[in-house]
Amino acid sequence: MIEAARRRPLACGNAFRPESRLRGVEPSLRLPRTEPGSGAARCRIPGAELAATLLVALAFACAPATPASAQTLRGTGDLGVVIERATGRVQVVDTSAKSSLATIAGLGDLSHASVVFSRDGRYAFVFGRDGGLTKIDLLEQKIARRVLQAGNSIGGAISQDGRVVAAQNYTPGGVRLFDAATLEPLAEIRAAPGLDGTPSKVVGLADAPGQRFVASLFDAGEIWVIDASDPRAPKVEKFTGIGRQPYDGFVTPDGRWYIAGLFGEDGLALLDLWHPERGVRRILDRYGKGEEKLPVYKMPHLRGWAIAAGYAYLPAIGRNEVLVVDTRDWNEVARVPVAGQPVFAIARPDARQVWVNFAFPDNGKVQVIDTETRSVAKTLEPGKAVLHLEFTPRGEAVWISARDDHKVVVYDTATLRPIATLAADSPSGIFFTTRAARMGF
Amino acid sequence: MGATGVPAGAASVAVPDGPVARTSAPAPARQQELLRLLRQDCGSCHGMRLTGGLGPALTPEALSARPEAGLVATIVAGRPGTAMPPWRRFLSEAEAQWLVVRLVSGDVETVRD
Ligand code: HEC
Repeated sequence: MIEAARRRPLACGNAFRPESRLRGVEPSLRLPRTEPGSGAARCRIPGAELAATLLVALAFACAPATPASAQTLRGTGDLGVVIERATGRVQVVDTSAKSSLATIAGLGDLSHASVVFSRDGRYAFVFGRDGGLTKIDLLEQKIARRVLQAGNSIGGAISQDGRVVAAQNYTPGGVRLFDAATLEPLAEIRAAPGLDGTPSKVVGLADAPGQRFVASLFDAGEIWVIDASDPRAPKVEKFTGIGRQPYDGFVTPDGRWYIAGLFGEDGLALLDLWHPERGVRRILDRYGKGEEKLPVYKMPHLRGWAIAAGYAYLPAIGRNEVLVVDTRDWNEVARVPVAGQPVFAIARPDARQVWVNFAFPDNGKVQVIDTETRSVAKTLEPGKAVLHLEFTPRGEAVWISARDDHKVVVYDTATLRPIATLAADSPSGIFFTTRAARMGF
Repeated sequence: MGATGVPAGAASVAVPDGPVARTSAPAPARQQELLRLLRQDCGSCHGMRLTGGLGPALTPEALSARPEAGLVATIVAGRPGTAMPPWRRFLSEAEAQWLVVRLVSGDVETVRD
Protein backbone atom coordinates (compact mmCIF):
# COMPACT_ATOMS: atom_id res chain seq x y z
CA MET A 1 0.00 0.00 0.00
CA ILE A 2 2.81 2.36 0.82
CA GLU A 3 4.41 1.47 -2.48
CA ALA A 4 1.24 2.36 -4.34
CA ALA A 5 0.95 5.64 -2.55
CA ARG A 6 4.48 6.56 -3.50
CA ARG A 7 3.81 5.96 -7.14
CA ARG A 8 0.73 8.12 -7.00
CA PRO A 9 1.76 11.01 -4.85
CA LEU A 10 -1.43 12.95 -5.39
CA ALA A 11 -2.94 10.95 -2.58
CA CYS A 12 -0.49 12.38 -0.06
CA GLY A 13 -0.17 15.78 1.44
CA ASN A 14 2.35 18.13 -0.05
CA ALA A 15 2.92 16.48 -3.38
CA PHE A 16 -0.70 16.93 -4.27
CA ARG A 17 -1.61 18.43 -7.63
CA PRO A 18 -4.77 20.38 -7.04
CA GLU A 19 -6.26 20.20 -10.50
CA SER A 20 -5.82 16.48 -10.99
CA ARG A 21 -9.20 15.00 -11.71
CA LEU A 22 -9.91 11.89 -9.75
CA ARG A 23 -9.96 8.85 -11.94
CA GLY A 24 -10.60 5.48 -10.45
CA VAL A 25 -9.69 4.68 -6.94
CA GLU A 26 -6.94 6.07 -4.79
CA PRO A 27 -5.12 3.46 -2.79
CA SER A 28 -6.24 3.59 0.77
CA LEU A 29 -3.46 4.38 3.16
CA ARG A 30 -4.15 2.80 6.50
CA LEU A 31 -1.19 4.50 8.12
CA PRO A 32 -2.37 8.06 8.34
CA ARG A 33 0.43 9.20 10.59
CA THR A 34 2.98 8.37 7.94
CA GLU A 35 1.13 10.16 5.18
CA PRO A 36 2.35 13.72 5.48
CA GLY A 37 4.62 14.94 2.78
CA SER A 38 8.11 13.62 2.56
CA GLY A 39 7.48 11.22 5.40
CA ALA A 40 5.32 8.93 3.32
CA ALA A 41 8.04 7.78 0.99
CA ARG A 42 10.52 7.06 3.68
CA CYS A 43 8.35 5.24 6.18
CA ARG A 44 8.49 1.68 5.00
CA ILE A 45 6.60 -0.27 7.56
CA PRO A 46 6.19 -3.96 6.96
CA GLY A 47 2.62 -5.03 7.67
CA ALA A 48 -0.07 -2.50 8.27
CA GLU A 49 -1.26 -3.70 11.65
CA LEU A 50 0.83 -1.78 14.14
CA ALA A 51 -0.03 -0.53 17.56
CA ALA A 52 -0.99 3.10 17.61
CA THR A 53 1.80 4.04 19.95
CA LEU A 54 4.35 2.53 17.66
CA LEU A 55 2.82 4.35 14.74
CA VAL A 56 3.13 7.69 16.43
CA ALA A 57 6.72 6.97 17.36
CA LEU A 58 7.54 5.96 13.82
CA ALA A 59 5.85 8.98 12.39
CA PHE A 60 8.03 11.24 14.45
CA ALA A 61 11.11 9.26 13.62
CA CYS A 62 10.40 9.21 9.91
CA ALA A 63 9.19 12.72 9.36
CA PRO A 64 11.81 15.17 10.56
CA ALA A 65 9.88 17.91 8.78
CA THR A 66 6.90 17.51 11.11
CA PRO A 67 5.35 20.96 11.53
CA ALA A 68 5.68 22.59 14.91
CA SER A 69 1.94 22.28 15.47
CA ALA A 70 2.15 18.50 15.57
CA GLN A 71 4.90 18.52 18.15
CA THR A 72 2.71 20.13 20.77
CA LEU A 73 -0.14 17.78 21.44
CA ARG A 74 -3.53 19.43 21.31
CA GLY A 75 -7.18 18.63 20.72
CA THR A 76 -9.35 20.12 18.00
CA GLY A 77 -12.49 20.95 20.00
CA ASP A 78 -11.84 24.67 19.83
CA LEU A 79 -10.70 24.76 16.22
CA GLY A 80 -12.56 25.66 13.07
CA VAL A 81 -12.17 26.98 9.56
CA VAL A 82 -13.02 30.27 7.87
CA ILE A 83 -13.56 30.19 4.11
CA GLU A 84 -11.83 32.91 2.07
CA ARG A 85 -14.13 32.64 -0.89
CA ALA A 86 -12.44 34.83 -3.47
CA THR A 87 -8.98 33.33 -3.19
CA GLY A 88 -9.76 29.65 -2.67
CA ARG A 89 -8.18 29.53 0.77
CA VAL A 90 -9.26 28.56 4.24
CA GLN A 91 -7.96 29.78 7.57
CA VAL A 92 -7.66 27.37 10.46
CA VAL A 93 -8.80 29.26 13.54
CA ASP A 94 -8.64 28.77 17.29
CA THR A 95 -11.78 29.92 19.09
CA SER A 96 -10.13 29.95 22.52
CA ALA A 97 -7.25 32.18 21.48
CA LYS A 98 -9.50 34.01 18.98
CA SER A 99 -6.72 33.77 16.47
CA SER A 100 -5.85 32.35 13.11
CA LEU A 101 -3.40 29.45 13.15
CA ALA A 102 -2.76 28.91 9.47
CA THR A 103 -3.95 29.65 5.96
CA ILE A 104 -4.29 26.79 3.50
CA ALA A 105 -4.42 27.59 -0.21
CA GLY A 106 -5.32 25.70 -3.35
CA LEU A 107 -8.95 24.80 -2.74
CA GLY A 108 -10.35 26.16 -6.00
CA ASP A 109 -13.63 28.10 -6.29
CA LEU A 110 -14.96 28.50 -2.77
CA SER A 111 -17.98 30.65 -3.48
CA HIS A 112 -20.79 28.90 -1.65
CA ALA A 113 -18.36 26.53 0.05
CA SER A 114 -19.51 24.46 2.96
CA VAL A 115 -17.78 22.19 5.43
CA VAL A 116 -18.40 19.04 7.47
CA PHE A 117 -16.02 17.48 9.99
CA SER A 118 -14.75 13.99 10.63
CA ARG A 119 -16.13 12.75 13.88
CA ASP A 120 -12.75 12.86 15.59
CA GLY A 121 -12.78 16.57 14.82
CA ARG A 122 -9.42 16.40 13.11
CA TYR A 123 -10.39 16.72 9.46
CA ALA A 124 -12.53 19.29 7.67
CA PHE A 125 -14.15 18.28 4.38
CA VAL A 126 -14.55 21.39 2.25
CA PHE A 127 -17.02 21.29 -0.66
CA GLY A 128 -16.23 23.91 -3.31
CA ARG A 129 -18.42 25.36 -6.02
CA ASP A 130 -16.19 23.86 -8.73
CA GLY A 131 -16.84 20.34 -7.46
CA GLY A 132 -13.63 20.19 -5.45
CA LEU A 133 -13.80 18.10 -2.28
CA THR A 134 -10.82 18.81 -0.06
CA LYS A 135 -9.97 17.06 3.18
CA ILE A 136 -8.01 19.34 5.46
CA ASP A 137 -5.99 18.17 8.42
CA LEU A 138 -6.56 20.76 11.13
CA LEU A 139 -3.58 19.56 13.17
CA GLU A 140 -1.05 19.34 10.37
CA GLN A 141 -2.73 22.39 8.84
CA LYS A 142 -2.54 21.20 5.29
CA ILE A 143 -4.50 19.45 2.59
CA ALA A 144 -4.64 15.73 3.33
CA ARG A 145 -6.50 14.79 0.18
CA ARG A 146 -8.39 16.45 -2.62
CA VAL A 147 -10.56 15.30 -5.50
CA LEU A 148 -12.57 17.07 -8.17
CA GLN A 149 -15.82 15.20 -8.01
CA ALA A 150 -18.30 17.21 -10.08
CA GLY A 151 -18.61 20.27 -12.31
CA ASN A 152 -20.66 22.36 -9.92
CA SER A 153 -21.35 21.58 -6.30
CA ILE A 154 -22.68 23.39 -3.25
CA GLY A 155 -22.18 21.24 -0.23
CA GLY A 156 -22.27 17.93 1.49
CA ALA A 157 -22.81 15.88 4.60
CA ILE A 158 -21.13 13.13 6.60
CA SER A 159 -22.81 9.90 7.66
CA GLN A 160 -23.89 8.99 11.17
CA ASP A 161 -20.93 6.62 11.60
CA GLY A 162 -18.52 9.14 10.09
CA ARG A 163 -17.35 6.79 7.34
CA VAL A 164 -19.15 8.17 4.32
CA VAL A 165 -19.00 11.69 2.94
CA ALA A 166 -21.78 12.74 0.56
CA ALA A 167 -21.57 15.62 -1.90
CA GLN A 168 -24.62 17.36 -3.37
CA ASN A 169 -24.10 18.49 -6.91
CA TYR A 170 -25.71 20.86 -9.39
CA THR A 171 -23.83 19.53 -12.43
CA PRO A 172 -24.19 16.73 -12.97
CA GLY A 173 -27.21 16.90 -10.69
CA GLY A 174 -26.98 14.21 -8.05
CA VAL A 175 -25.31 12.93 -4.92
CA ARG A 176 -21.95 11.20 -4.77
CA LEU A 177 -20.70 9.12 -1.88
CA PHE A 178 -17.04 8.92 -0.81
CA ASP A 179 -14.99 7.00 1.69
CA ALA A 180 -14.29 9.56 4.41
CA ALA A 181 -10.82 8.15 5.03
CA THR A 182 -9.55 8.04 1.47
CA LEU A 183 -12.07 10.07 -0.58
CA GLU A 184 -12.38 7.01 -2.76
CA PRO A 185 -15.67 7.27 -4.71
CA LEU A 186 -18.22 4.70 -3.56
CA ALA A 187 -21.43 5.47 -5.43
CA GLU A 188 -23.12 8.00 -7.63
CA ILE A 189 -26.82 8.73 -7.45
CA ARG A 190 -28.15 10.67 -10.43
CA ALA A 191 -31.01 13.03 -9.67
CA ALA A 192 -34.35 12.80 -11.47
CA PRO A 193 -34.60 15.25 -14.35
CA GLY A 194 -36.32 18.63 -14.18
CA LEU A 195 -38.37 20.17 -16.98
CA ASP A 196 -35.37 20.68 -19.25
CA GLY A 197 -34.53 16.99 -19.13
CA THR A 198 -31.20 17.32 -17.33
CA PRO A 199 -30.66 15.88 -13.85
CA SER A 200 -32.08 18.13 -11.17
CA LYS A 201 -29.88 20.30 -8.98
CA VAL A 202 -29.60 18.77 -5.52
CA VAL A 203 -30.09 21.00 -2.48
CA GLY A 204 -30.60 20.57 1.25
CA LEU A 205 -28.51 17.44 1.73
CA ALA A 206 -28.41 16.36 5.38
CA ASP A 207 -27.40 13.30 7.36
CA ALA A 208 -30.04 11.40 9.30
CA PRO A 209 -30.01 8.51 11.77
CA GLY A 210 -29.74 5.01 10.34
CA GLN A 211 -26.87 5.82 7.98
CA ARG A 212 -29.23 7.84 5.85
CA PHE A 213 -28.90 11.04 3.86
CA VAL A 214 -31.85 13.18 2.84
CA ALA A 215 -31.82 15.63 -0.06
CA SER A 216 -34.20 17.71 -2.18
CA LEU A 217 -34.32 18.09 -5.94
CA PHE A 218 -34.76 21.74 -6.94
CA ASP A 219 -35.93 21.18 -10.50
CA ALA A 220 -37.88 17.95 -10.04
CA GLY A 221 -39.60 18.88 -6.77
CA GLU A 222 -38.74 15.68 -4.92
CA ILE A 223 -37.24 14.58 -1.59
CA TRP A 224 -34.95 11.56 -1.65
CA VAL A 225 -33.98 9.47 1.36
CA ILE A 226 -30.73 7.64 0.70
CA ASP A 227 -29.87 4.64 2.84
CA ALA A 228 -26.09 4.35 2.73
CA SER A 229 -25.77 1.33 5.05
CA ASP A 230 -24.04 -0.29 2.11
CA PRO A 231 -22.39 2.80 0.66
CA ARG A 232 -21.42 1.06 -2.56
CA ALA A 233 -25.03 0.12 -3.20
CA PRO A 234 -27.18 2.85 -1.61
CA LYS A 235 -30.95 2.45 -1.59
CA VAL A 236 -33.05 5.46 -2.52
CA GLU A 237 -36.59 6.13 -1.39
CA LYS A 238 -38.23 8.86 -3.48
CA PHE A 239 -40.98 11.25 -2.51
CA THR A 240 -42.35 13.00 -5.58
CA GLY A 241 -44.61 16.02 -5.93
CA ILE A 242 -43.44 17.52 -2.65
CA GLY A 243 -43.79 21.11 -3.93
CA ARG A 244 -42.19 23.39 -6.51
CA GLN A 245 -38.52 24.35 -6.31
CA PRO A 246 -37.32 23.23 -2.90
CA TYR A 247 -34.30 25.52 -2.34
CA ASP A 248 -32.78 24.06 0.84
CA GLY A 249 -33.56 21.62 3.60
CA PHE A 250 -32.47 20.59 7.07
CA VAL A 251 -32.82 17.88 9.68
CA THR A 252 -33.95 18.80 13.19
CA PRO A 253 -31.36 18.35 15.96
CA ASP A 254 -32.97 15.09 17.10
CA GLY A 255 -32.71 13.70 13.59
CA ARG A 256 -36.43 13.02 13.32
CA TRP A 257 -37.77 15.64 10.90
CA TYR A 258 -36.55 16.74 7.50
CA ILE A 259 -37.88 20.07 6.28
CA ALA A 260 -37.44 21.55 2.82
CA GLY A 261 -38.20 25.21 2.08
CA LEU A 262 -40.10 25.84 -1.17
CA PHE A 263 -39.37 28.72 -3.49
CA GLY A 264 -42.03 28.02 -6.10
CA GLU A 265 -45.02 27.86 -3.79
CA ASP A 266 -46.13 28.61 -0.25
CA GLY A 267 -45.09 26.62 2.78
CA LEU A 268 -42.49 23.98 3.54
CA ALA A 269 -42.34 20.23 2.95
CA LEU A 270 -42.06 18.05 6.07
CA LEU A 271 -40.97 14.43 6.27
CA ASP A 272 -41.10 12.37 9.46
CA LEU A 273 -38.00 10.18 9.33
CA TRP A 274 -39.46 7.93 12.01
CA HIS A 275 -42.37 7.29 9.66
CA PRO A 276 -41.34 7.88 6.08
CA GLU A 277 -44.24 5.67 5.03
CA ARG A 278 -46.57 8.50 6.05
CA GLY A 279 -45.14 10.59 3.24
CA VAL A 280 -44.28 14.26 2.89
CA ARG A 281 -46.74 16.79 4.17
CA ARG A 282 -47.02 20.53 3.64
CA ILE A 283 -46.69 22.85 6.60
CA LEU A 284 -47.15 26.62 6.93
CA ASP A 285 -48.92 26.68 3.59
CA ARG A 286 -50.96 29.63 4.68
CA TYR A 287 -48.05 31.87 5.48
CA GLY A 288 -47.90 34.55 2.87
CA LYS A 289 -50.93 33.32 0.93
CA GLY A 290 -52.19 35.99 -1.36
CA GLU A 291 -49.59 38.50 -0.19
CA GLU A 292 -47.15 39.91 -2.71
CA LYS A 293 -43.69 38.44 -2.13
CA LEU A 294 -40.65 40.67 -2.28
CA PRO A 295 -38.03 39.85 -4.91
CA VAL A 296 -35.58 37.34 -3.45
CA TYR A 297 -31.98 38.39 -4.05
CA LYS A 298 -30.50 35.50 -2.17
CA MET A 299 -31.99 32.16 -1.15
CA PRO A 300 -32.26 31.63 2.61
CA HIS A 301 -30.22 28.86 4.17
CA LEU A 302 -32.01 26.41 6.39
CA ARG A 303 -29.14 24.26 7.56
CA GLY A 304 -28.17 26.64 10.30
CA TRP A 305 -31.53 25.84 11.88
CA ALA A 306 -32.68 27.43 15.05
CA ILE A 307 -34.75 25.24 17.30
CA ALA A 308 -35.26 27.02 20.59
CA ALA A 309 -37.36 25.60 23.42
CA GLY A 310 -39.62 23.59 21.13
CA TYR A 311 -39.99 26.30 18.53
CA ALA A 312 -38.31 26.49 15.15
CA TYR A 313 -37.19 29.92 13.93
CA LEU A 314 -37.19 29.86 10.15
CA PRO A 315 -36.21 32.53 7.65
CA ALA A 316 -39.31 33.47 5.63
CA ILE A 317 -38.73 33.59 1.91
CA GLY A 318 -39.64 36.81 0.10
CA ARG A 319 -40.50 38.68 3.26
CA ASN A 320 -38.75 40.52 6.05
CA GLU A 321 -39.76 38.09 8.76
CA VAL A 322 -38.58 35.17 10.82
CA LEU A 323 -41.32 32.57 11.30
CA VAL A 324 -41.79 30.93 14.66
CA VAL A 325 -43.17 27.41 14.41
CA ASP A 326 -44.27 25.02 17.16
CA THR A 327 -42.34 21.80 16.52
CA ARG A 328 -45.04 19.66 18.22
CA ASP A 329 -47.68 20.33 15.57
CA TRP A 330 -45.73 22.43 13.02
CA ASN A 331 -48.14 25.34 13.20
CA GLU A 332 -47.01 28.92 12.94
CA VAL A 333 -47.25 30.69 16.28
CA ALA A 334 -45.61 34.03 15.56
CA ARG A 335 -43.68 36.10 13.06
CA VAL A 336 -40.83 38.35 14.08
CA PRO A 337 -40.43 41.40 11.83
CA VAL A 338 -36.76 41.90 10.97
CA ALA A 339 -34.54 44.30 9.03
CA GLY A 340 -34.48 42.46 5.71
CA GLN A 341 -34.93 39.05 4.13
CA PRO A 342 -33.26 36.60 6.50
CA VAL A 343 -30.58 34.26 5.16
CA PHE A 344 -29.47 32.45 8.31
CA ALA A 345 -31.42 32.28 11.59
CA ILE A 346 -29.24 30.48 14.11
CA ALA A 347 -29.90 29.83 17.79
CA ARG A 348 -27.25 30.39 20.41
CA PRO A 349 -26.54 26.94 21.86
CA ASP A 350 -28.57 27.73 24.98
CA ALA A 351 -31.43 28.84 22.71
CA ARG A 352 -32.06 32.13 24.50
CA GLN A 353 -31.14 34.13 21.40
CA VAL A 354 -31.55 33.65 17.66
CA TRP A 355 -29.12 35.59 15.48
CA VAL A 356 -30.18 36.56 11.97
CA ASN A 357 -28.32 37.91 8.94
CA PHE A 358 -29.84 39.23 5.73
CA ALA A 359 -29.82 39.09 1.95
CA PHE A 360 -28.56 41.90 -0.27
CA PRO A 361 -29.17 44.85 0.09
CA ASP A 362 -29.63 44.58 3.87
CA ASN A 363 -26.55 42.45 4.38
CA GLY A 364 -24.70 44.94 6.56
CA LYS A 365 -26.88 44.12 9.55
CA VAL A 366 -27.28 41.34 12.07
CA GLN A 367 -30.22 41.18 14.43
CA VAL A 368 -30.50 39.37 17.72
CA ILE A 369 -33.94 37.97 18.55
CA ASP A 370 -34.78 37.37 22.20
CA THR A 371 -36.61 34.03 22.15
CA GLU A 372 -38.50 34.83 25.32
CA THR A 373 -40.16 37.97 23.97
CA ARG A 374 -39.86 36.92 20.30
CA SER A 375 -38.70 40.36 19.33
CA VAL A 376 -35.49 41.94 18.13
CA ALA A 377 -33.33 42.80 21.12
CA LYS A 378 -30.56 44.49 19.20
CA THR A 379 -29.46 45.42 15.68
CA LEU A 380 -25.74 45.18 15.02
CA GLU A 381 -23.64 46.39 12.12
CA PRO A 382 -20.60 44.13 12.11
CA GLY A 383 -19.41 45.18 8.65
CA LYS A 384 -20.21 45.13 4.94
CA ALA A 385 -21.80 42.03 3.41
CA VAL A 386 -22.27 39.75 6.39
CA LEU A 387 -22.40 36.23 4.97
CA HIS A 388 -22.34 33.84 7.89
CA LEU A 389 -22.17 33.43 11.64
CA GLU A 390 -21.08 30.59 13.89
CA PHE A 391 -21.29 30.17 17.65
CA THR A 392 -18.47 28.84 19.78
CA PRO A 393 -19.28 25.40 21.24
CA ARG A 394 -21.21 26.72 24.22
CA GLY A 395 -22.17 30.04 22.76
CA GLU A 396 -20.36 32.66 24.82
CA ALA A 397 -19.19 34.16 21.55
CA VAL A 398 -20.28 34.27 17.93
CA TRP A 399 -18.01 34.76 14.92
CA ILE A 400 -19.41 36.83 12.06
CA SER A 401 -17.91 37.16 8.57
CA ALA A 402 -18.07 40.54 6.79
CA ARG A 403 -17.03 39.77 3.23
CA ASP A 404 -16.56 43.28 1.88
CA ASP A 405 -14.72 44.53 4.94
CA HIS A 406 -12.39 41.53 4.77
CA LYS A 407 -12.77 40.70 8.41
CA VAL A 408 -14.31 38.33 10.90
CA VAL A 409 -15.75 39.98 13.99
CA VAL A 410 -16.18 38.08 17.24
CA TYR A 411 -19.04 39.22 19.49
CA ASP A 412 -19.60 38.49 23.14
CA THR A 413 -23.17 37.15 23.14
CA ALA A 414 -23.92 38.40 26.65
CA THR A 415 -22.89 42.02 26.12
CA LEU A 416 -23.55 41.99 22.33
CA ARG A 417 -20.26 43.86 21.91
CA PRO A 418 -17.37 43.02 19.57
CA ILE A 419 -14.42 41.54 21.43
CA ALA A 420 -12.02 40.63 18.62
CA THR A 421 -11.46 41.13 14.92
CA LEU A 422 -9.53 38.86 12.56
CA ALA A 423 -8.40 39.83 9.08
CA ALA A 424 -9.63 37.54 6.32
CA ASP A 425 -9.83 37.89 2.54
CA SER A 426 -13.53 38.00 1.50
CA PRO A 427 -14.56 35.65 4.30
CA SER A 428 -17.76 33.66 3.88
CA GLY A 429 -18.58 30.48 5.80
CA ILE A 430 -17.30 29.90 9.34
CA PHE A 431 -17.37 26.32 10.61
CA PHE A 432 -16.31 25.04 14.04
CA THR A 433 -15.53 21.44 14.90
CA THR A 434 -18.51 21.22 17.27
CA ARG A 435 -20.40 20.36 14.10
CA ALA A 436 -18.63 16.99 14.10
CA ALA A 437 -20.92 15.76 16.84
CA ARG A 438 -24.20 17.29 15.69
CA MET A 439 -26.79 15.61 13.52
CA GLY A 440 -27.72 17.52 10.41
CA PHE A 441 -24.32 19.22 10.22
CA MET B 1 -12.58 32.76 -17.76
CA GLY B 2 -10.34 34.36 -20.30
CA ALA B 3 -11.09 37.82 -19.03
CA THR B 4 -8.46 40.41 -19.69
CA GLY B 5 -8.93 42.20 -16.41
CA VAL B 6 -9.49 45.86 -15.87
CA PRO B 7 -6.24 47.75 -15.54
CA ALA B 8 -5.70 49.64 -12.32
CA GLY B 9 -6.89 53.19 -12.76
CA ALA B 10 -10.11 52.09 -14.32
CA ALA B 11 -10.47 55.31 -16.30
CA SER B 12 -8.52 53.65 -19.07
CA VAL B 13 -11.06 50.85 -19.50
CA ALA B 14 -11.54 50.22 -23.18
CA VAL B 15 -15.18 50.38 -24.14
CA PRO B 16 -15.90 47.51 -26.50
CA ASP B 17 -17.47 48.24 -29.85
CA GLY B 18 -21.14 47.46 -30.24
CA PRO B 19 -24.31 48.41 -28.47
CA VAL B 20 -22.56 49.89 -25.48
CA ALA B 21 -21.13 52.54 -27.73
CA ARG B 22 -24.68 53.67 -28.39
CA THR B 23 -25.45 54.14 -24.74
CA SER B 24 -23.04 56.00 -22.53
CA ALA B 25 -20.83 53.73 -20.45
CA PRO B 26 -21.16 54.15 -16.68
CA ALA B 27 -18.51 56.22 -14.92
CA PRO B 28 -15.41 54.20 -13.98
CA ALA B 29 -16.23 53.99 -10.27
CA ARG B 30 -19.76 52.83 -11.09
CA GLN B 31 -18.34 50.25 -13.49
CA GLN B 32 -16.39 48.75 -10.62
CA GLU B 33 -19.52 48.73 -8.47
CA LEU B 34 -21.46 46.96 -11.19
CA LEU B 35 -18.78 44.35 -11.76
CA ARG B 36 -18.61 43.79 -8.07
CA LEU B 37 -22.38 43.41 -7.84
CA LEU B 38 -22.16 40.94 -10.71
CA ARG B 39 -19.58 38.71 -9.11
CA GLN B 40 -20.81 38.89 -5.55
CA ASP B 41 -24.56 39.35 -5.61
CA CYS B 42 -25.47 37.89 -8.98
CA GLY B 43 -22.79 35.39 -8.08
CA SER B 44 -24.79 34.07 -5.14
CA CYS B 45 -27.02 32.36 -7.72
CA HIS B 46 -24.88 32.31 -10.86
CA GLY B 47 -21.61 31.48 -9.09
CA MET B 48 -18.86 33.93 -8.20
CA ARG B 49 -17.09 32.91 -11.39
CA LEU B 50 -20.43 32.99 -13.21
CA THR B 51 -20.11 29.34 -14.09
CA GLY B 52 -23.60 28.64 -12.80
CA GLY B 53 -25.35 27.69 -9.61
CA LEU B 54 -29.04 27.84 -8.91
CA GLY B 55 -29.14 30.13 -11.96
CA PRO B 56 -27.51 29.20 -15.29
CA ALA B 57 -23.92 30.00 -16.29
CA LEU B 58 -23.43 33.56 -17.54
CA THR B 59 -20.26 32.80 -19.46
CA PRO B 60 -19.72 33.97 -23.07
CA GLU B 61 -20.24 30.40 -24.30
CA ALA B 62 -23.55 30.13 -22.45
CA LEU B 63 -24.83 33.51 -23.59
CA SER B 64 -23.58 33.72 -27.16
CA ALA B 65 -26.81 32.44 -28.70
CA ARG B 66 -29.07 34.64 -26.58
CA PRO B 67 -30.47 37.89 -28.01
CA GLU B 68 -28.94 40.76 -26.08
CA ALA B 69 -32.19 42.65 -25.60
CA GLY B 70 -33.73 39.63 -23.91
CA LEU B 71 -30.83 39.34 -21.49
CA VAL B 72 -31.10 43.02 -20.61
CA ALA B 73 -34.84 42.64 -20.02
CA THR B 74 -34.21 39.57 -17.84
CA ILE B 75 -31.80 41.50 -15.65
CA VAL B 76 -34.00 44.56 -15.30
CA ALA B 77 -37.36 42.85 -14.87
CA GLY B 78 -36.42 39.36 -13.70
CA ARG B 79 -38.23 36.26 -14.90
CA PRO B 80 -41.49 35.69 -13.09
CA GLY B 81 -42.03 32.10 -12.01
CA THR B 82 -38.28 31.51 -11.73
CA ALA B 83 -35.73 32.45 -9.10
CA MET B 84 -34.36 35.31 -11.25
CA PRO B 85 -35.38 38.53 -9.46
CA PRO B 86 -35.79 41.98 -11.04
CA TRP B 87 -32.79 44.27 -10.50
CA ARG B 88 -34.28 47.59 -11.60
CA ARG B 89 -34.09 48.89 -8.05
CA PHE B 90 -30.31 48.65 -8.20
CA LEU B 91 -29.35 49.34 -11.80
CA SER B 92 -30.66 51.18 -14.85
CA GLU B 93 -31.41 49.63 -18.21
CA ALA B 94 -28.28 51.25 -19.68
CA GLU B 95 -26.20 49.73 -16.89
CA ALA B 96 -27.79 46.32 -17.47
CA GLN B 97 -26.91 46.65 -21.13
CA TRP B 98 -23.33 47.55 -20.27
CA LEU B 99 -23.19 44.44 -18.03
CA VAL B 100 -24.57 42.21 -20.78
CA VAL B 101 -21.87 43.40 -23.18
CA ARG B 102 -19.24 42.66 -20.58
CA LEU B 103 -20.77 39.24 -19.89
CA VAL B 104 -20.91 38.30 -23.55
CA SER B 105 -17.28 39.31 -24.04
CA GLY B 106 -16.22 37.61 -20.80
CA ASP B 107 -14.61 40.82 -19.57
CA VAL B 108 -15.89 40.83 -16.00
CA GLU B 109 -12.83 41.01 -13.78
CA THR B 110 -12.85 43.66 -11.12
CA VAL B 111 -9.78 45.51 -9.95
CA ARG B 112 -10.13 43.95 -6.53
CA ASP B 113 -12.83 41.52 -5.46
C1 HEC C 1 -31.78 34.51 -6.43
C2 HEC C 1 -31.06 33.92 -7.54
C3 HEC C 1 -30.56 34.82 -8.66
C4 HEC C 1 -29.86 35.99 -8.55
C5 HEC C 1 -29.37 36.67 -7.28
C6 HEC C 1 -29.59 36.43 -9.90
N1 HEC C 1 -30.11 35.54 -10.80
FE1 HEC C 1 -30.02 35.69 -12.82
N2 HEC C 1 -31.11 33.98 -13.00
C7 HEC C 1 -31.52 33.19 -11.96
C8 HEC C 1 -32.24 32.05 -12.49
C9 HEC C 1 -32.86 30.92 -11.68
C10 HEC C 1 -32.25 32.20 -13.89
C11 HEC C 1 -32.88 31.26 -14.91
C12 HEC C 1 -34.29 31.68 -15.13
C13 HEC C 1 -35.02 30.73 -16.05
O1 HEC C 1 -35.23 29.58 -15.63
O2 HEC C 1 -35.38 31.14 -17.15
C14 HEC C 1 -31.53 33.43 -14.18
C15 HEC C 1 -31.31 33.93 -15.46
C16 HEC C 1 -30.50 35.00 -15.75
C17 HEC C 1 -30.18 35.43 -17.09
C18 HEC C 1 -30.64 34.80 -18.37
C19 HEC C 1 -29.67 33.73 -18.77
C20 HEC C 1 -30.12 32.96 -19.97
O3 HEC C 1 -29.37 32.06 -20.35
O4 HEC C 1 -31.20 33.22 -20.50
C21 HEC C 1 -29.33 36.50 -16.97
C22 HEC C 1 -28.69 37.31 -18.09
C23 HEC C 1 -29.16 36.75 -15.57
N3 HEC C 1 -29.88 35.82 -14.86
C24 HEC C 1 -28.39 37.76 -15.05
C25 HEC C 1 -28.31 38.06 -13.70
C26 HEC C 1 -27.62 39.22 -13.18
C27 HEC C 1 -26.85 40.23 -14.02
C28 HEC C 1 -27.81 39.19 -11.84
C29 HEC C 1 -27.32 40.22 -10.81
C30 HEC C 1 -27.61 41.61 -11.09
C31 HEC C 1 -28.58 38.00 -11.51
N4 HEC C 1 -28.88 37.35 -12.67
C32 HEC C 1 -28.90 37.58 -10.22
C33 HEC C 1 -31.32 33.42 -10.61
C34 HEC C 1 -30.71 34.54 -10.09
